[in-house]
Amino acid sequence: MPDTQALVNDFLNKLKKRKIEGSQATARQTAELLRSVISQQRVPYTNQAGALIDAVKAIGEQLIAANPVELAVGNIVRRVLHIIREEDLSLTTAAIGGLNLSAVSDDENDDDRDGDSTLSAAAVAAAARSTLRPPSLQTLLEDTPVSAAVPQTSSSGGDSEGKSKSADKSSRSRKLKHDVIEAVNELIQDIVTCHEQIAEQAVEHIHQNEVILTLGSSRTVLEFLFAAKEKKRSFRVFVAEGAPRYQGHLLAKELVARGLQTTLITDSAVFAMISRVNMVIVGAHAVMANGGVIAPVGMNLVALAAQKHAVPFVVLAGSHKLCPLYPHNPEVLLNELRSPSELLDFGEFSDCMDFGSGSGSPLLHVVNPAFDYVPPKLVSLFITDAGGHNPSYMYRLIADYYSADDLVVQRRATAGN
Amino acid sequence: MGAQKKRAAAATAAARVSEDPDDLARQPLQAILLADSFTTKFRPITLERPKVLLPLVNVPMINYTLAWLEAAGVAEVFVFCCAHSKQVIDYLENSEWFSQPNFTVKTIESHNIISAGDALRLIYEQNVIHGDFVLISGDTVSNMLLTQALQEHKERKKKDNNAVMTMIIKKSKPSPITHQSRLGTDELFMAIDPNTKQLLYYEDKADHSKGTICLDKMLLAENPSISLHNDKQDCYIDICSPEVLSLFTDNFDYQHLRRHFVKGLLLDDIMGYKIFTHEIHSSYAARIDNYRSYDIVSKDIIQRWTYPYVPDVKFCGNRATKLERRGMYRASEIEQSRSAQVGSFTVIGCGTKIGSNSKISDSVIGEGCTIGSNVLIEGSYLWDNVIIEDGCELRHVIVCDGVIMKAGAVLKPGVVLSFKVVIGERFVVPAYSKVSLLQQPTVHDSDEELEYADNSSGTVEFSSIQGTADQSNGEMTSESSEAHKPKLGTGGVGYIWSICEGGQEEEWRHSVAPIPEDKLAELSEAMDDDQELVTQDRTALSTSGELISDSNASEGDDNEDSKDDSVYFEKEVEATFLRAVEENVKVDHVILEVNSLRLSYNMTSADCAGAVFYSMMKLAVKTPHSSASELQQNTANIITTWQKLLKSYLLEIDEEIEIILKFEEMCLESAKEFSPLFARILHILYDKDILQEDAILRWADEKEGADESDKVFVRQSEKFVQWLREASEEED
Repeated sequence: MPDTQALVNDFLNKLKKRKIEGSQATARQTAELLRSVISQQRVPYTNQAGALIDAVKAIGEQLIAANPVELAVGNIVRRVLHIIREEDLSLTTAAIGGLNLSAVSDDENDDDRDGDSTLSAAAVAAAARSTLRPPSLQTLLEDTPVSAAVPQTSSSGGDSEGKSKSADKSSRSRKLKHDVIEAVNELIQDIVTCHEQIAEQAVEHIHQNEVILTLGSSRTVLEFLFAAKEKKRSFRVFVAEGAPRYQGHLLAKELVARGLQTTLITDSAVFAMISRVNMVIVGAHAVMANGGVIAPVGMNLVALAAQKHAVPFVVLAGSHKLCPLYPHNPEVLLNELRSPSELLDFGEFSDCMDFGSGSGSPLLHVVNPAFDYVPPKLVSLFITDAGGHNPSYMYRLIADYYSADDLVVQRRATAGN
Repeated sequence: MGAQKKRAAAATAAARVSEDPDDLARQPLQAILLADSFTTKFRPITLERPKVLLPLVNVPMINYTLAWLEAAGVAEVFVFCCAHSKQVIDYLENSEWFSQPNFTVKTIESHNIISAGDALRLIYEQNVIHGDFVLISGDTVSNMLLTQALQEHKERKKKDNNAVMTMIIKKSKPSPITHQSRLGTDELFMAIDPNTKQLLYYEDKADHSKGTICLDKMLLAENPSISLHNDKQDCYIDICSPEVLSLFTDNFDYQHLRRHFVKGLLLDDIMGYKIFTHEIHSSYAARIDNYRSYDIVSKDIIQRWTYPYVPDVKFCGNRATKLERRGMYRASEIEQSRSAQVGSFTVIGCGTKIGSNSKISDSVIGEGCTIGSNVLIEGSYLWDNVIIEDGCELRHVIVCDGVIMKAGAVLKPGVVLSFKVVIGERFVVPAYSKVSLLQQPTVHDSDEELEYADNSSGTVEFSSIQGTADQSNGEMTSESSEAHKPKLGTGGVGYIWSICEGGQEEEWRHSVAPIPEDKLAELSEAMDDDQELVTQDRTALSTSGELISDSNASEGDDNEDSKDDSVYFEKEVEATFLRAVEENVKVDHVILEVNSLRLSYNMTSADCAGAVFYSMMKLAVKTPHSSASELQQNTANIITTWQKLLKSYLLEIDEEIEIILKFEEMCLESAKEFSPLFARILHILYDKDILQEDAILRWADEKEGADESDKVFVRQSEKFVQWLREASEEED
């Protein structure tokens, strides 16, 4: 236990001091931390899932508070909670109900709700079917679990084993933990490979001789473009430099290194260039439940320009960036105001900031927000590791990944602890 | 933990044995943090709490320094505590700094240390520093990355064993008017070799009144290129090699890090030790040296230059604070009345209550404060648990923990209220006063050089204060009447400290309050003079500040801008003249003095004549008189006494005309009392042979063609002029 505490503290420190950059790295480290928390957690005989959930919540709350701007932390915490609930539910249903496999495989896509172990599995399953929601759109359309999300496939593996050892309680508790850890491992795997999974779809979207515009730098976008290039597509890329951090310069460098025809433009030239562009492909900081995007600053401008010229605005986002919160809450629409030194040189402007004269109040204000909010109506398509989706479909996708219980309850529940 | 330490120890040992570069690189970086500034600039606050624990935007200063050191990759910090060491150690023990992984904080305590030099000597004796280390004081705020500077330092050290120190500097333009940096420190001159970045010259106490600095000509002879900067700010972050410590030990007279050590090394060419500079551009670094820098750095933090060390990032266990629009930071559990106006760039701490119709802007309010209604707080710093009752006004002040301000009390700009002071109802605390529960220690050391000498440890200080409190009462009455007025209005508790002699004039420089407009105007006037004088030999400008009187200040309204120089010259002459009158200086000597002034201002003798005459007439007006005739009598007396002085400048007729013009001007503007007496005094001047008839006639002729308004005096003296004309004709 002290070991995990040290790990947690270390990670908390890093989050607080903004030492981790990028949502992918944050998501992966959060998941790894939670995995070790779960594996260290002692589980009582009864209500193991409850104990695990409490433990994860307690730490999750601290993690979220440490850097509320990095929404990926909260996403992963919620995903892990969801995994625990799912695993628990599948174990309970398997143990008590003794349902046949086909029934379970039907259930698994539906059950997102809290699996309270005191309820009978049959009741839970019934409740889930009747009250919660209709079966996922994806299952209805495709009717196969091929493209089903990872936690579901893992749970199916989990409960086939779970059935065989259903009677033994202590082994069940070990089983639950084991299954959860397995599932978290897959989640981590998912986060790590999200770039490749997204990039696989590149050829479907980028066509021969197209002109692609992007803003700033995103690893996902980079991989996406490379993947298309590797498939022998020839296309050109316009890179808006992404002031004030100018990460577009780095992107341009890497694109050129891979032999892509690249044009670097200023952010302010986006509108002038957009008419020549076939598609805008950008990365995101987070995708909200309504399909809105929190993205590097300047993105709204690009999205508006794209809309004006009817250019498709495509957002690439790994599933760890899907945030189950809606952006009407100002607390969710957090922005990080970074140092003004990214905008201007302190030395040159030091005389403008001499508060020693005049009224003593600063006349020069420098505001350097890190993010923009792009409303869903400006987004044409999301490409996640689970495929391409419409903004209006995001809430469904999110419902696949998160339990409704964890969205808001989390803080209140942990505050109670 | 133990294993970790052992490993670290083993690593350092290995590094010491083999000077292998790889080993050196692996060696954990150490830092010495001086938790004492060895100055008295933050008194009276620092009598009760060490400077490093003073809250800067609601977080004790030392946390900024430690958080930065930790982030910069320093593995081990030795915190040197001196004054109030117990408070510092207690604070650190209860903070999270002792439990950080990969970051060890160790305290070194000593009570009889009076300077940074002594502290470093003590650390050297303890033999805890094994490699390059960062030397920093606990009042430094920075977010720079050390990696590059450290790399440069190590590489230089490898090539040249004498490169013992790398000093971090940052561009920051000093104010051309006040000759001080925006942090309130004196303008700093540095000579740096542009290629090697070696520091060649360092002067932070340049005499600005002269407007010159002296460089050793060897400096220019020895270095092929040299660039001189006055727009660099010393961040007081030094990367030092272990030799620095032994240097301090060898030179036991090194006290101050800059004044003695840096200057000592630069002058000493026997050992050939070298100091280099590293300039940071995008990152921030500043040291809080005085109240002004406290204000400026606070504002920089609020404006997020120090990111990620800003209030809404929890970098060191500070409370969660939310950043709202227009730079408002608000912690949780704030009770704010609906009608209260909280303006931009304000930080409000947890649990603070704000009453109705109160206005707060550009301020930092601590935790648990209670602010009544109709309170005005502007550009001020309120620490924790302050109670401000209804209708108080605070502008540009610092208010420490537990202060109570009764209803209607007013704090003028620049006031500092130390811990638990109570200000009585409707009491107005005068500008720049320092108020404390403790009485002012009697040792006044306005002399900068002595500053660190008396700053002994806290306990000693306390006893000395108590010991001398009684006898000091007697002394203080003579020094200032304020100090002996312990009451701060009805129900007030505390003593207003007297501002020591000489300090008064400089108080505005280092205060939290912005520099008052009139000071700036005064200084820019003085500066204009300076600029015109750069090429010339100069004498007495240093006393400039005192010589400007109110009546003159208003003169510079319309067309005087271009004539600033001459106005200034006039004032100098006037001062000289008045002194001569008071002290009965011989006429010859006065002439000498005025001559030297004339040379230094590059004035003609006509200007001198005008100025001398002006001073004489001014004196006449100032001499008490009841009627016009008495004034005339006075004038006649003064002219008789000082006619020799005046005559010595009246070599030609032009000068005489100048005098008449001057007199005319005076009658119109500054000394209207003379206007009815114009003709009579003209007569006196003629009688005393100061003015010749030619001059008067020429003047009258010149005025012939002037405007009607200009002719008032010509007409007044018409008869006299007529008489003169006739007389001269008769002679012919």
